[in-house]
Amino acid sequence: MSPTALLSRELPTLDYSATRDRFDDTWRSPLSTLLGLGRAAGADFVEFFLERVNYISCLAEEDAITSISPRLVAGAGVRVFLGKGDCYVSTNDMSFKGLKSALEKALSILGLNLPSPQAFVPEINLDLLRDYASTNGKEAWLANCSSMQEMGDILLTANAQLDKDAKHVQSRRATYFRDWQEVLVAASDGVFARDIRLTQSVGYSLLCAEGSDRASINKRVGATNNPNFLRSWQYAGDSAEVSESAGQMLHADYVESGNYPIIMANEFGGVIFHEACGHLLETTQIERQTSPFSDMKGQKIAHENLTAWDEGLSPNAFGSIDMDDEGMPVQRTLLIENGILKNFLSDRAGCIRTGHPRTGSGRRQSYTHAAASRMRNTYIAPGNFTNDDLFNSVEKGIYCKKMGGGSVGPTGEFNFGVDEAYLIENGKITKPLKGATLIGEAKEIMKRISMSSQDLGLAAGFCGSISGSIYVTVGQPHIKVDEITVGGR
Amino acid sequence: MSDVATIAAIAKEKAQSLGIQKFDVCGSTVDEASVQVDQGEPKQVKASKRSSVMVRVWNEANTVGVTTTSEVDELGLELALKTAQEASAFGAKEHVPDFSPEATSDLEAPQSKLVPQAEIATLIDNLVQTEAKLMAAHDAIAGVPYNGLAQRDAQRFYLNSEGAMRQEARSSSSIYLYSKTEQEGRRPRSAGAYRVSQGLKQLDIKGCLQETAEKTISHLNYQPITSGKYRVVLSAEAFLSLLGAFSNLFNAQSVLDNRSLSTVESLGTEIASSLLSVADDALHADNVGKTTFDDEGTPTRRIPIIDQGVLTNFLHSSGTAKRLDAQPTGHANLGAKVSVGPHFYHVFSTSTPEQTYSLETAENVVFIDDVQALHAGVKALQGSFSLPFDGWLVTNGKRVSVESATVAGDFRELLKSIIYIESEAELTPGGICPRIWVDELSITGE
Repeated sequence: MSPTALLSRELPTLDYSATRDRFDDTWRSPLSTLLGLGRAAGADFVEFFLERVNYISCLAEEDAITSISPRLVAGAGVRVFLGKGDCYVSTNDMSFKGLKSALEKALSILGLNLPSPQAFVPEINLDLLRDYASTNGKEAWLANCSSMQEMGDILLTANAQLDKDAKHVQSRRATYFRDWQEVLVAASDGVFARDIRLTQSVGYSLLCAEGSDRASINKRVGATNNPNFLRSWQYAGDSAEVSESAGQMLHADYVESGNYPIIMANEFGGVIFHEACGHLLETTQIERQTSPFSDMKGQKIAHENLTAWDEGLSPNAFGSIDMDDEGMPVQRTLLIENGILKNFLSDRAGCIRTGHPRTGSGRRQSYTHAAASRMRNTYIAPGNFTNDDLFNSVEKGIYCKKMGGGSVGPTGEFNFGVDEAYLIENGKITKPLKGATLIGEAKEIMKRISMSSQDLGLAAGFCGSISGSIYVTVGQPHIKVDEITVGGR
Repeated sequence: MSDVATIAAIAKEKAQSLGIQKFDVCGSTVDEASVQVDQGEPKQVKASKRSSVMVRVWNEANTVGVTTTSEVDELGLELALKTAQEASAFGAKEHVPDFSPEATSDLEAPQSKLVPQAEIATLIDNLVQTEAKLMAAHDAIAGVPYNGLAQRDAQRFYLNSEGAMRQEARSSSSIYLYSKTEQEGRRPRSAGAYRVSQGLKQLDIKGCLQETAEKTISHLNYQPITSGKYRVVLSAEAFLSLLGAFSNLFNAQSVLDNRSLSTVESLGTEIASSLLSVADDALHADNVGKTTFDDEGTPTRRIPIIDQGVLTNFLHSSGTAKRLDAQPTGHANLGAKVSVGPHFYHVFSTSTPEQTYSLETAENVVFIDDVQALHAGVKALQGSFSLPFDGWLVTNGKRVSVESATVAGDFRELLKSIIYIESEAELTPGGICPRIWVDELSITGE
């Protein structure tokens, strides 16, 4: 164990030997020393993020496994704050020397100098290790996941089912990935926390063609914290659903562009809230002044029938985490209550720069990214209407049954694609439509989500933003948007 | 990260000790730094030094396993080789990838070149000054919410157990600026620009600033557009975005997977206006990110894809080339299943147009500068797209910014509806391309 009254000149002679294949308490001493070194150099705050990843993906095409790709990653990042400014340096070299080198680079970027050789380096007194990884059997998760053989067997069986269910098949794929991640966070305020995350996803990609007509439909399900996830995949139901959707869309007409009332299905329909509002409630957007809602806390920003949440707690949901990537336990955050803006999503930097309290929302794709305020499981709460109420209120509109991806720009304009749509006439679905894109402006559209049904459903998704691509959940019950621009032909 | 020679030596030694006779390794190291600023202050400064390698192992049954790792020391490489060996038991039985026949051929390509990196303080100073100038360009420009100045050194290598050994190194520097306006009673507007060069000294920061300011200001006086069919002019950025989104048209792996808008029989057929010619040219003089070999070690080269409207070539890995009786083209991305991807497009015309056009005299033409949200609005396997865009309605040569709108169509129809390709090409990160004039695309506004 290193002396507590460590002199700066002694640092090169230290020989820490933290465990290579596990983030346990052996990391305390080297990280305490480095954090102390950063503080001694004048940094206001220093944080280390260590990560190990054991990832594997598997692809079945037609009746063969064409790819099994394992990926092993280890790396670390150090973030240093000086006032409201910060910098982030990442490295693959997780030796004490490598981490020290990364810290020194970060300090130098901020114009901070290492203490003189004669100066004492006060170690940071890290808290007892908050070990979320040791709970709920997480240590055994990796070993209990499906083997390569099992992955292949299940995907081939599932793909055979798709061949039975679908017509005019041109290409059928079943894909799976397992992302096992161990993280350790140590910070100069004493935070010392470890977690293991297990994220898995499986799905279909179906392309059907007849003559010049084509339809491509994807379906993906995902979960966290369940090593038996792939074994319990209900592929028959997904196969039937994908086949039905492709059949409906194969010969569908292109949507006629214009402004329509729309009804959006539950589950992945929640992408509308994710894009049109969720991103704009992240403090990263507040910092950049790219959110129209920056100064509207406590004010009405949405229809009075709309309440929305972001949380990291729903069991098995794709965006659930026990702690965020800054070591803070996650929480349930009420975003909008009956149209009134209640809270923003904040990480450490967002808290420093905007004053909004942290919400356990500091997330990142990997050690190469600094954490940023990001969504977790985000959804519109169930309302008091029935689906019949929603449909009966539409004379001519569009039912958006299956959404594609979307995005939001710096001015609050958002867009997203619709994979499966139908024309509504006098409250009834009359014919399938394809090629629709929905566009709008966040401030306006939130007030037009006027009706929410009672059938809240969640769906797994991927969210790309400043700190990379992360796993999230989107969700909602069936909702009605009074009017939105639909791009088509 | 260890140097390539060290990695090669370790890989060979570990492979031998594990009884692995056939393997290859490709990898890279990256040393990069980037800065952002906000209202004159550094916002987030990032630096990274990292490495990764992918190892492929063939077993005695000649099936292949792959593993990627970021740990390139002895223990890390040994674990990666073991994992790849384990995965090889589950490798594909058909169309098993093999070494490229060109992995040891001579490279006829420019030498690798690294330029000294600038101090991070210099990057910050440059960007702070640029931000200030951009905000001073017009009273309505309230901020530059997205900006960045970055530099990067990247080194790549490929080696295999039959003695192939290639490596290259490149430096690049880039800047992006995206400014936003605020005006009373008006919607905020935004626009941006991007530049890339080998080093900071060569970087056209001034041009990026000027383009961003001009575009942002030009969008202040926006108007809604009436929905309908319009003659459309696509900027280089917009056309290359669409070409990239539908690159399955000339991707041999996609063709073989039945996930392309083309089939094997499409070669030699007319897929576009005779005005259009397209090549993929990793070695193009204007390509800052030149790549001299692909992930299988195959040398890159200029590949004509469309010649006067006729599809002339697919882009290949060594595996797709073998299956389609063609030559590898240097477009392989390594993996358990080798994929194929483009490097740098060169769009041009060698045909004489029946008529020439000019935006200076255009009437009721939509000039699309940038298409957005391609991940959401492109149906690559169906050929259709419906995308929001930044652009202007040009009437009698005068440009008026278009309020939120989408452009929609079928990419194959778009290619055939090209009526004019301007002579002056514009350089973008993804390629070089002139403005492309297209008849009759659906625009949805009001």
